[in-house]
Amino acid sequence: MATLGICDSANLNGGQKLAVKYFTVAITLFGAQVLFGLLAGLQYLMPDFLYGVLDFSVNRMVHINALVVWMLYGFLGSVYWLLEEESQHEVVGLKLGNLIFWVLTAAVTVVVLVYLLVQVGPGKESTIWLINEGREYIEAPRWADIGIVVSVLVVFYNVAATFSKGRYTGIAGVLVLDMLALFGIYLAGMFYTTNISIDQYWWWWVIHLWVEATWEVMVACIMAYGLMKVLGVRRKIVETWLYIEVALMFGSGILGLGHHYFWIGTPEYWFSIGGFFSALEPIPLVAMVVHAVFDAGARHAKNSNHPTMAWLIAHAFGNFFGAGVWGFMHTLPQINLYTHGTQWSASHGHLAFFGAYATIIIAMFYLAVQHWRGGVWMSGDLPGNGWKWKWSLGLLNLGMVGMTVSMLVSGYVQSQIERAIEGSSWIGYFAAQAHPWFVQGMWWRELFGVMFAVGFVLLVWDLMTIGKGEKRALVPAVSEG
Amino acid sequence: MATNQWWASETFWRKTAIWVTGGSMVVLMLLTMDTLSQISVGTTRVPAYSVINNRIEYKFDEQRKVQVPVIGAKEPLFGKELSEEEAEALVKLGKLTTQAKNCMNCHTLLGNGAYYAPDLTKAWLDQYWGTKEVREVQMVEFLKDPSDKLHNSMGRRMPKLGITDEEARGVVAFLKWMSSIDTNGFPYNFKSIEQEN
Repeated sequence: MATLGICDSANLNGGQKLAVKYFTVAITLFGAQVLFGLLAGLQYLMPDFLYGVLDFSVNRMVHINALVVWMLYGFLGSVYWLLEEESQHEVVGLKLGNLIFWVLTAAVTVVVLVYLLVQVGPGKESTIWLINEGREYIEAPRWADIGIVVSVLVVFYNVAATFSKGRYTGIAGVLVLDMLALFGIYLAGMFYTTNISIDQYWWWWVIHLWVEATWEVMVACIMAYGLMKVLGVRRKIVETWLYIEVALMFGSGILGLGHHYFWIGTPEYWFSIGGFFSALEPIPLVAMVVHAVFDAGARHAKNSNHPTMAWLIAHAFGNFFGAGVWGFMHTLPQINLYTHGTQWSASHGHLAFFGAYATIIIAMFYLAVQHWRGGVWMSGDLPGNGWKWKWSLGLLNLGMVGMTVSMLVSGYVQSQIERAIEGSSWIGYFAAQAHPWFVQGMWWRELFGVMFAVGFVLLVWDLMTIGKGEKRALVPAVSEG
Repeated sequence: MATNQWWASETFWRKTAIWVTGGSMVVLMLLTMDTLSQISVGTTRVPAYSVINNRIEYKFDEQRKVQVPVIGAKEPLFGKELSEEEAEALVKLGKLTTQAKNCMNCHTLLGNGAYYAPDLTKAWLDQYWGTKEVREVQMVEFLKDPSDKLHNSMGRRMPKLGITDEEARGVVAFLKWMSSIDTNGFPYNFKSIEQEN
């Protein structure tokens, strides 16, 4: 019997109990990401701030690693969340899953402490194994890489085995194959080579094929589940859409990898391949917007969880604008020659990661809280008119859009002054960085970053309090067939 | 009913998804094999490590309409000509040092990394180092303790990262070798250090 209004683990199934643990670490790391982002952003404006103590390189590394890991935790949590419901079977290796959760979390803690306290090592392979691999996004030392691979493999086993024993749905099929790819692709980044062209060739396999292929398919699965759950969309419809999205995403995203192969020493044929296929990458994102908005509209936005629904819609648009439009703007080599490695990339990166991934994981947080509290009412008429979730939604989205546009302004200045006029030299680089227009962009970025941080605090507060003491049970979304 | 149309059926899209994914992966594998053969060390795109024994220039190519690296006369790094193995060992030390010191979280290399400090792709050729006669020594001294050296008007400085003399020489060798990679004209419109005698 569900206990309404209280966070009681008896309200959850085995997979969901584990999911809640993943979500808790995810949101903690999300907080770390925001904090270290603010520190790094401040160093653009006050270069002596924490100089020699926590240098920009350290803050930036923690900022982007926290991002990768909190999203990975968010995805693994989401998978465990829906696993038993979707398969109609208990998680096969729940004890192993729990053990791996604690091992992975301990490993992440050690890695972050080493980043902060040891920071750098001598130019030897032992540094790469023990301290820091020094490759953006996958800085985690090799021992931790092995831990990540083992952890993903265990989750893959749990997912594959549970679905095999229970109900094997369309979402299950896509999820199992996607988890396998998630595991396999990570291996491409786990070796050292002196040849930096080959280094970056495989490094992009991990970064791009994770982020622009397997993660996108992962969120498509979560979206399919979410729409069934909160709107009651028919399975046949969400699964058909899921296949369409997979076809379009992998069809454009796998060869779209080529847009990273313009300038790293790779042959010129990547101009055409990378340019063409990556220009197609926004199409599946349009499909997702149509899908989500149409389904919501068809039900007059009547749903069982307003915050989740709002974040799902934020995801649909954020994914389209951040990953799609902002990526498309500089994906053709003729433009990318001027924008590659400038604040354009930072602008795109921020809106894309937030729009595509942070949003949908937050949607899952709200869904989890709702059921953790026994399936409480989370539609209209919340206490205080639900001001906390509405304000945090507004502040987080506005903060992110503000940061994105600020960095884009700086990016324009940088590509114009440093690249086009000054000839990409170091003097050109500093001329652009010191230009008042560039600096203004950095100030605005920091201010919107603070706004984002306020939104984050409000989000945490809301997640801890929404539905507390609520006596009304949710009215489940009724499937139309 | 419209959902009965073949183009709206679940089966059709499932098969499409599988075929499109499989097909794309096969094409990517084939392209990967070709690309890896073109960018292995010792090719025209990615020269052998012993290229650090020569002058490297970055010149405008009339046909491709971009700048490309040109390998010039003998100009050994630190005045000492190295064998292929010695050159590789030195460049390897440099590359390992760039990873161990986390250079990529301030700088970009081949345009990838962070944007807090200048791109290193053609750092070896940058006018910042003054003349080619003092360049090597200046770079080594800078890397060993950059904190008190002139950087820029903004006060942004590279921290002292405990780079040893040998590591600094390795990094310089790595930067010289990296500047010889054919990056299809990136960085664009680069203004190179004066190297003519």
